[in-house]
Amino acid sequence: MISQLTIVLFDGFAFGMLLFLLSVGLSVTLGMMNFINLAHGAFGMFGGYVAVTAMRQLGLPFLAALPLAFISMALLSVIIERTLFRRLYGAGELNQVLFTIGLVFVAAAVATFTFGTVQQVIILPDWLRGSVELGGIRFGVYRSFIILVALLVTAFLVFGLERTRLGAQIRAAVDNQRMAQGLGLDVERVFAITFALGSGLAGLGGALAVEVVGLSPSFGFQMLVYVLIVVSVGGLGSITGSFVGAALLGIGDVAGKYFWPEIGSFLIYLLLVAILLVRPLGLFGKR
Amino acid sequence: MTTPVTTPMTTPGAAQVEPRDWLRRRSRWSPFEIVFWLAALLPFLVLPTYLPLANQVAIAALFALSVDLILGYAGIVTLGHAMFFGLGAYFAGVISVRGWGEPITGLLAAGLFAGIIGFIVSFLITRVQHLALIMVTLGLGFLTYELANAMHWLTGGTDGLRGISTWPVLGQFRFDMWGYTAYAYSLAVLFICFLLSRRLVNSAFGLALRGIRENVKRMPAIGADHKKHLRLVYAISAAIAGLAGGLLAQTTNTVALDSLSFERSADVVVMLILGGTGRLYGAILGTIIFLVARDQLAGINPQYWYFGIGLLLMLVVLFMPKGILGFLARLVERRN
Amino acid sequence: MVDQQIVLRAEGLSKKFGQLEVTREVSISLPRGARHALIGPNGAGKTTLINLLTGQLQPDGGRIALEGDDITGLAPAARVRRGLSRTFQINTLFPDLTPLEAVTLAVLERKRSAGQFWKRLAGHDETIEEGYAILTQLGLGEVATRTTRTLSYGQQRLLEIALALAARPRVLLLDEPAAGVPKDESAALFQVIAALPADISVLFIEHDMDIVFKFASRIIVLVGGGVLLEADPETVRSDRRVREVYLGHGHG
Repeated sequence: MISQLTIVLFDGFAFGMLLFLLSVGLSVTLGMMNFINLAHGAFGMFGGYVAVTAMRQLGLPFLAALPLAFISMALLSVIIERTLFRRLYGAGELNQVLFTIGLVFVAAAVATFTFGTVQQVIILPDWLRGSVELGGIRFGVYRSFIILVALLVTAFLVFGLERTRLGAQIRAAVDNQRMAQGLGLDVERVFAITFALGSGLAGLGGALAVEVVGLSPSFGFQMLVYVLIVVSVGGLGSITGSFVGAALLGIGDVAGKYFWPEIGSFLIYLLLVAILLVRPLGLFGKR
Repeated sequence: MTTPVTTPMTTPGAAQVEPRDWLRRRSRWSPFEIVFWLAALLPFLVLPTYLPLANQVAIAALFALSVDLILGYAGIVTLGHAMFFGLGAYFAGVISVRGWGEPITGLLAAGLFAGIIGFIVSFLITRVQHLALIMVTLGLGFLTYELANAMHWLTGGTDGLRGISTWPVLGQFRFDMWGYTAYAYSLAVLFICFLLSRRLVNSAFGLALRGIRENVKRMPAIGADHKKHLRLVYAISAAIAGLAGGLLAQTTNTVALDSLSFERSADVVVMLILGGTGRLYGAILGTIIFLVARDQLAGINPQYWYFGIGLLLMLVVLFMPKGILGFLARLVERRN
Repeated sequence: MVDQQIVLRAEGLSKKFGQLEVTREVSISLPRGARHALIGPNGAGKTTLINLLTGQLQPDGGRIALEGDDITGLAPAARVRRGLSRTFQINTLFPDLTPLEAVTLAVLERKRSAGQFWKRLAGHDETIEEGYAILTQLGLGEVATRTTRTLSYGQQRLLEIALALAARPRVLLLDEPAAGVPKDESAALFQVIAALPADISVLFIEHDMDIVFKFASRIIVLVGGGVLLEADPETVRSDRRVREVYLGHGHG
């Protein structure tokens, strides 16, 4: 029983870390610009496809495919932000929601056209396969790897936010955009960089997720609800919130499916509604 | 309060505005509307093979109408309204399965049921705004879906509800194979609900809703209990959505989990944006365009459908934010 | 003593945002028919005080009474229904409604008829007439059926006041009514303020000293969240501290 619980917690936490990578960018940019970008999951999807294609066509090793996914999605996001999103910053929630949903549809169609509907498979290097035994419980190596990567990213983000100048600018822009602008901060530039970072992380998350969740053109839709739950429950503009929210959701989802398969999802949605009614800004939300 | 001492400040010779006339003119029936409803009768005469599709369009249009009341007029962004559609559908279906197949009373009961649930939910909805509101509607929608799935002893679960049979409308008109009765029934319900909605949006209440949508901050400052208004319109909207769901159950004799799905909630919002929110007719027009396009395009290739609708959505939001009707209305204004 | 009857009384209002004390033990008494002005440098807490009086902010300490009844715990909409109306410093109007619709809506809300979804709007004869009358009195009769966003800024400021008057207030709080109004439109605004019914108590925030000395019978000087001085215009004008603190800073 204890070992089952431990495995569920471990797997859940690993899934949560994936969700964290996929969501943190959205949380920060939402908190900064109030721009509801439902297409965020599409960056995760394309990150996965980039990684798969790079490994298959270019023969890149897995560890090189990951940063490639990150960089390619960061660049793509810059293009999309400049050409499309910029026009919608003042457009109101409904329009942003619908525009970005339209973008997800288009992205899914493009992915179907390019890669087909078949599930993509990634071939992990040997050292990432299998499991490790610890205290009589077998822990998956790959999942441990995911957790490690996510924790490194978190440390990097926290350090970056607290210690670098860009980090201070990001915090200022999230806290009070108008004031930051009034103090001479180039909010647009800060936003573009943050958006690129966030999308890059989503791409990285998508690449890592292929082995765990699979990859098909419907990835953007599948992950959308998870990502939205993490962001709204965790709180906009908060890395801590995304981390906690993602961990909770990941564990809750895996535990729910394992222990209470009939009503697992139901409980998650119930918690979502309950939390938002009590704390509409999320657990760690600022405004 | 004593009447002010000064005289009204109008410049001599200026045109006098007759306020009541102006307001009356705004809610008059235009010839386009009459043509539109007459055209709705076409499927009976000209395209009888399309009667089942016409029936689906009428049902979906009624659902879209219900969402327009809260989205277009009151400004509540919802991604979970299918919950009321589905609740109405299952309610009407279940009472039919349990032995009462009379359509009109069954339909009214379904609408009432959905309306009551809507009233209860409205207390939750009015506590939140922005992203939290969207997520609460989303969460409630998924909740209802999971609940219906779990209660498969009542709903049939993933297999759907079976054994629905609907008695003849008014005791006279049996539901025929070609769909004449179905479409006539749905169209009649749609028209009646449309008339009621039209009266609502042209009433003092409709004005209050528009006030909430235009500037919710000003509402308490003029002494308005705007949350009470929102609860009322939400409950009415839920009831109408329930009627639409009930129509689905009664005219097609099937109810499945997709009546509660997120896709249905999202589709209806897309239809509204296409047609134009806050115009009632936009809801109907958007539904027609969406369903006809899907019928044609998805048949050829589902990819094309996703790409097409996605692209259309992006273009409409960028260039025609008031939807197709809004765009046409602006053209007409410019010409005058 | 009827003239001296205090319509709005606030006692010891205090408010803190974190460590920052934005309102310090402020007390105000508005008699019937008052024309009081509230002045002070930027950041003195004038709008905060208005927000406390209208209920948008809850005070940390103090009480507010309207015609003798304690309203400290009442929600903003309830205070409006009791007769306490305000205008906003930044136009808070309904952009796509016409002035006629906006004022009619305000009157409907006052009469609690806005929930009648079964009756045509055009059928509310008396309400519409009353709304239109308010608009004509403020000089907005001709633009009554034009969309609010198409009105000039001065006309929009007048509409702000019209909306507040529709509630038939006993107390009217005007937050910088002349803010941003161009010179050629301010005459109309002055006329409106001068023509306000004599039995309404008016408290207005203003930076424009012309308006203040023209209309105010009493001036309250607010500095750093607290009342520095409350007196008639002449006393305020010649007070050395006021000159230093406020007029010395230049116009805010």
